[in-house]
Formats: sequence, structure tokens, C-alpha cells
Amino acid sequence: MSAATTAQVRLALAPFDPAAELAAFAATHADAGGVVSFLGQVRAGEGVDALELRHFVPLTLPGMERLAHAAQARWALAGLLIVHRSGVMAPGEPIVLVAAAARHRRDAFVAVDYAMDHLKSDSWFWKRERVGGEWRWIEPRAEDHADLARWA
Amino acid sequence: MVKLLFLGRLEDVAGAAELSFPLREPAALADVLLMLPPVLAEALFGPKIKLALNGALIRAEGLTLTDGDELAFLPPVSGG
Repeated sequence: MSAATTAQVRLALAPFDPAAELAAFAATHADAGGVVSFLGQVRAGEGVDALELRHFVPLTLPGMERLAHAAQARWALAGLLIVHRSGVMAPGEPIVLVAAAARHRRDAFVAVDYAMDHLKSDSWFWKRERVGGEWRWIEPRAEDHADLARWA
Repeated sequence: MVKLLFLGRLEDVAGAAELSFPLREPAALADVLLMLPPVLAEALFGPKIKLALNGALIRAEGLTLTDGDELAFLPPVSGG
């Protein structure tokens, strides 16, 4: 573990290419033995024709950066990448990409899991989906808070 | 002017993402909420609603708004 490990944290206001992001991240951390990634995408089917995420400028990105620092302080990571969309997305479009590079794979796996649990229920985003032309806000689920409690 | 921002589902309750109005002298948050439609005031005063004054999180207790302030109402989050 080192405070010198770099975190790349970005709030994306337009679609991003997760494969390109991941390739660049892996190339940057060629010395790490493992790279673990998670990609969250808009679920197709279930009648949802669009998903929108809103953020609050003064809090959202600073909160994501604090989350990255917390993950780096907790596990021995060579690097950490967090890209999270805000805006309107179509089914199949990427919402969030988290990747961790580490000397040992277990640190990378657990750091990504930790970051995702916090992005879902402890970050400044509000989500709504459009079903049959009607927008409806998505309330946080009890499972999300249970997921968060794993790390307390 | 004082600006109120409504995030997430609060935007639907308010019918707008923000609301600005003149405030001649400092006013307690409770008094400002009294100026709003009761349905909106009730939604904004819920125990799960967090507040950010001029971009920084703040507690509702004892909060006073002055001219130029921007107060955001933040309902429970759902990201990822």
C-alpha cells in the first residue's frame, strides 16, 4: 500500500468506451499482476427505454474522489479507476466502470466490490428510468444498504 | 435572491429543479418552508432529506438563510 498510487476518477457527461478505458488503465499499470474490473450497464428489456442519472456538482465528484482514496488506503492497489456516467442513457450503454490494479488479485477484487457498493448507495447520484414514456425515480433498496454495511 | 434546488424526485414534487425568490432579511429555514406549497414543504422536511448550503452539507437544525444563499435538498441517493 502506498499513498503514491494514483486514482483516476471521472464523472462522464457523455457515453464512454469501457474497453478503451480498461485497455489504457491496464497499460498504465503493466507492473501490476492483476487488473479486476466491473462494468455496470443499462439493463435491456423489462420495458425500460431510458435511464437517467443526475448528480450535484459540488458534492458528486469530490465524494467519488474520497471513495477512491478510502479504497486505496484500505487495500494495496497499484491503481484505481472509477468512471461514472451522469445524464440520459439507452439500454446497453455503460453506466459505471470500476477497475483496480494490484500486485495480488484479492486486493483488486475486494477494492472493486467496495467501490461499487459505495457508488450504488453512498454517492451523490439520483436515478430514474423511463418505462412506456413515463419517468419514475428509483428509490434506494434495502439490499443496497445491507451491501454497504458489509464494510463498516 | 435565495435559490432552492430540488434534486431527484423532489424536482417532481416541486414541479421545477429550482426556485428563486427575494429574501429581504435573514429567515429561518422553517419560515422559508412556510412560504412553499404544503405538499412541497412536507417533502422537503422529511427525515431522509439532506441539505447542502452553497455546496456544503449542513444540518437543518437552526439553519438561517440569507440573501444570495443557495440551498439544495438532497433525497436518498441511488447510483450505479
